[in-house]
Amino acid sequence: MYHIISIRDLERKELDYLLDRAQEFDTGNYQPRMLEDKLAALLFFEPSTRTRMSFATAMARLGGRSISVDSVEASSIVKGETLADTIRVVSGYADAIVLRHPKEGAARLASEFASVPVINAGDGAGQHPSQTLLDLYTIRQSMPIKGLDVGLLGDLRYGRTAHSLALALSLYGVTLHTIAPGGLEMPANITLELRERGMEVVEHEDVEEVVRDLDVLYVTRIQRERFPDSASYYNVASSYRITPDLLAGVRDHLMILHPLPRAGEIDPAVDQTPYARYFEQARNGVPVRMALLHEVMK
Amino acid sequence: MTRKDPSGGLIISPIKNGTVIDHITAGEALNVLRILGITGSTRECLSIATNVKSKRMGRKDIVKIENRELCTEEVDRIALLAPQAKINIIRDFQVVEKKGVEIPKVLKGVVRCPNPGCITNANEPVESTFEVLPKGLHCLYCDWLVKNDIASHII
Ligand SMILES: Nc1ncnc2c1ncn2[C@@H]1O[C@H](COP(=O)(O)OP(=O)(O)OP(=O)(O)O)[C@@H](O)[C@H]1O
Ligand SMILES: [Mg+2]
Ligand SMILES: [Zn+2]
Repeated sequence: MYHIISIRDLERKELDYLLDRAQEFDTGNYQPRMLEDKLAALLFFEPSTRTRMSFATAMARLGGRSISVDSVEASSIVKGETLADTIRVVSGYADAIVLRHPKEGAARLASEFASVPVINAGDGAGQHPSQTLLDLYTIRQSMPIKGLDVGLLGDLRYGRTAHSLALALSLYGVTLHTIAPGGLEMPANITLELRERGMEVVEHEDVEEVVRDLDVLYVTRIQRERFPDSASYYNVASSYRITPDLLAGVRDHLMILHPLPRAGEIDPAVDQTPYARYFEQARNGVPVRMALLHEVMK
Repeated sequence: MTRKDPSGGLIISPIKNGTVIDHITAGEALNVLRILGITGSTRECLSIATNVKSKRMGRKDIVKIENRELCTEEVDRIALLAPQAKINIIRDFQVVEKKGVEIPKVLKGVVRCPNPGCITNANEPVESTFEVLPKGLHCLYCDWLVKNDIASHII
């Protein structure tokens, strides 16, 4: 049985294969009723309307159906029940389970108890592989990934999207530029792992010094909760904010990506520039999730 | 009953059958027992000697467990705390088998994941599972890395 749990489980050729499949779905090169008789259970123990909607959309576009449990329903269902038991029960209803859960490793556990494939739609501060795939997909649609200079900006300490994107990019021969405020730098063991995988990692504290050397700038959220008071938050947040001024002199093909929702990290005036690609990125969630759903249920 | 053994160490009390764990890193005897799941409330008859003089190691700890022969899976956990430990299986007062300890590839249910958000710390029917890497223990559920002080995370 094929589960999609962590980006670490996927080799380069599997990633490429899934991205190729996503492209076929994206360009309409598929049979619309491919999953006609299939039912996916979207089990969301944590709110994430966006991810849930895009899985439901992907399922519907393939002619399949989904049953969906949101965080409020989920928390009442599971009172006193283990996740293991919930998964065993739901395995009897659906052909695949898409799981979002607040605990790290929840999807791995679910895959051990499920009798149908499990797709991880985010487990706590852990993995969120479909996000990483759609990030890769968005970059690859514009230019070959190999040899790019990719900047990761924001909270690189707690930001799971940044960690798993960096791990995936380490398979593609890119140079990674980490740009993070003091205290929110990429954890040393992750940087070490990336370097062990042969990746060149350059650490920066200042976005201005590196932005003109980048092909991709991936912006993540800096959360207010990470700071002792709102003054220090605003101070940091404003010095990492992407504005049209900051983008003077950047490479013509620079792509700015963001997993969304954004808070104040990107000035709305940037949306008008050719560099802003985050809405296109969000839209790519559908073909990528079509590829994943089809792959596990075909 | 106390006598000198031929190698100059001090045997507290010879055992008829069981296991002697010798050459334990000085000070680690109690952690070795914990990692074996042997606590004050289990029934094993034990002798423990700590900081004994040793020609090879300066100081060492020794643990003797009567009427229990440890299996490979159990003894290999010891390697995490005391890589030079030697396991001696005793039958009828004689050492019948002597083996070193090898660091296991995977550690199940021995160490608690220090990540409070890890699913193995929730009330779920799974054991913690770590892959043993040169840089530490890697949780196969949440990817946390336990770099040092493994003893303090023993369940
Ligand atoms: N019957 C026994 N009861 C208790 N302890 C024993 C018994 N027989 C041997 N030992 C202890 O087991 C350990 C290994 O015994 P052995 O006779 O192989 O000693 P050794 O030659 O010093 O071995 P090593 O090279 O491993 O130090 C020693 O610490 C010894 O005191
Ligand atoms: Mg000796
Ligand atoms: Zn863990």
